[in-house]
Amino acid sequence: MGRVILRSIAGAIPVVLLVTLITFGLMRLIPGDVSAALGGITSTTEEREQIRKNLGLDEPVHVQLLKWYGGLLRADLGRSHFLGKDVTTATFERLPVSFSLSLYALVITLILGIVSGILAALRQNTWVDQAAMMFALIGVSMPNFWLGLMMIVLFSVHLGWLPTGGYVPFTQDPIGWLRSTTMPAISLALLQVGLLARITRSTMLEVLRQDYVRTARAKGLPNYLVIGKHALANAMIPIITVIGIIVSLSVSGAVVTETVFSIPGVGQLLTSAILNRDYPMIQGGLLFVTLMLVGINIAVDVAYAWLDPRVRFERG
Amino acid sequence: MADSAVAFDEAVAAAAEPERRSARWDTLRRLWRHRSFKFGLALFAIIVAAAVLAPWISPVSPNKLQMRLRFEPPSWDHPFGTDNLGRSQLARVVYGAQLSLFIGTMVVLVNAVFGTLIGALAGYFKQLDNALMRINDAIMAFPAVLLAIGVAAVLGRSTPNMILALSIVYIPRTARIVRSSVIVVSQMEYVQAAVAAGAGHWRILRRHILPNSMAPLLVQLSFLFAYAVLTEATLSFLGLGAEPPAPTWGNIMSEGRQYMREAPWIITIPGAALAITVMALNLLGDGLRDVLDPRLKIQQ
Repeated sequence: MGRVILRSIAGAIPVVLLVTLITFGLMRLIPGDVSAALGGITSTTEEREQIRKNLGLDEPVHVQLLKWYGGLLRADLGRSHFLGKDVTTATFERLPVSFSLSLYALVITLILGIVSGILAALRQNTWVDQAAMMFALIGVSMPNFWLGLMMIVLFSVHLGWLPTGGYVPFTQDPIGWLRSTTMPAISLALLQVGLLARITRSTMLEVLRQDYVRTARAKGLPNYLVIGKHALANAMIPIITVIGIIVSLSVSGAVVTETVFSIPGVGQLLTSAILNRDYPMIQGGLLFVTLMLVGINIAVDVAYAWLDPRVRFERG
Repeated sequence: MADSAVAFDEAVAAAAEPERRSARWDTLRRLWRHRSFKFGLALFAIIVAAAVLAPWISPVSPNKLQMRLRFEPPSWDHPFGTDNLGRSQLARVVYGAQLSLFIGTMVVLVNAVFGTLIGALAGYFKQLDNALMRINDAIMAFPAVLLAIGVAAVLGRSTPNMILALSIVYIPRTARIVRSSVIVVSQMEYVQAAVAAGAGHWRILRRHILPNSMAPLLVQLSFLFAYAVLTEATLSFLGLGAEPPAPTWGNIMSEGRQYMREAPWIITIPGAALAITVMALNLLGDGLRDVLDPRLKIQQ
């Protein structure tokens, strides 16, 4: 098992090196003079010089690169000139909000996605199957920010059931948290529900045709045990591998969902950074989120090997 | 040597021609019989028609301000209503379809060219594979929409920059699919036969490997079209698309958002158009996958 963990981490090293290099290069793609863009046309030469200095652009590229990696080793992703804070600090402050929203969305995704996928597989080619797959298609096709806006129009503006936006921490007021995060979590989850339902359905259909399921049926096991114990346990393994994709989609989705619902999470931090041309924040936030995902993917790899002995022994 | 390879190819091609033609017909027939493919095609045709016929559907310019007609709800005179500046929403939505489809088409074309090139090089030349796929993996490690946001934010808002940002994000995903089918096809006996007949790398790739690896690419491109349209709208909504007043669906929703209490139609209709477009492309992709690429087929 230890070897599996080590191998996953070693495999991620080149990816991390390239990801950090690409993020560094991204800032150098800004066309023209950044300081002129940031300072505005009225800025003086001294002001522009100061902006360049703050961004570290007054030095040769190789020095900038060394400083960038030196900073990364100290978990320093640069400084947001707009917020007057370290990017790392600003991101960590917002992380609990995004995390609680994503977790809520993940719970919705897992329950709805797996249940509708299994129902569709068990009732293959019936109306249940068709309804579940129609729902999945709508899920993968619906723009999540639009769904959010439509829910606000219906449930907040017309019916007045839920607040239009804002965030209440769970520790302060659990009911308030639920009221403020339910619509965002649903609009965030729908895409992933669609994907998961499709994948669950196809793996479940695959598993139901296996010999061990037939054997379980033949020895007279009741249906719920065949499904619950034999089929589902084996169908879960491929499903675990898509968790990484689901989390990645949820991170992207959170940026726009948090903006729609005015939730002060990492996503909103990034959108306000875009509007303020806060390049260090965009750069640092992008890298932070991506490295977090690389970590989650390592965890998924390890979980996969742990759940499936075939993988563990074949390569380990 | 090369001459004999050409002669060999031509002989094989001539012998296979009738069969190939009937296989092509068979594929088209099966696509036509695929229910969701047909439905997706019909929906997509409606959107394309709306975009192409925009000047006839709406003689009014999408940017014409009519201050006396602010916030008109949908009616016979203004089928999709008007916005805070009295602009015709019908005009903005159909011209928005033009922009969305243009950006989607460009991203698909750029991906078809560069994705195929990179994927074919990586899949065929083992020496290049490692380096190219490492870079691919690194780009794919970024969440797609976030990377597009980063690139678009850095480059500045414009339609060409949007196409560039979306291409950077999606080319590695396309290249990976081409690469894996190129690897499979390279193992085929007819490729070995071509090598034995003395055909060069370029000829083998162009004539034998690529034509036989196109099915997964075609499936990928139709889904890619859907992602590109959706991501473009998302970025426009966040203020990273073409500069206003350009009527992209994302821009319309971004501007209309503050009036959603008094004029909900401003955000409802472009969003619905976007959802229908994405759904049509997803249905097309599902149909193509079922018919062209049975390996990927979701169990039926």
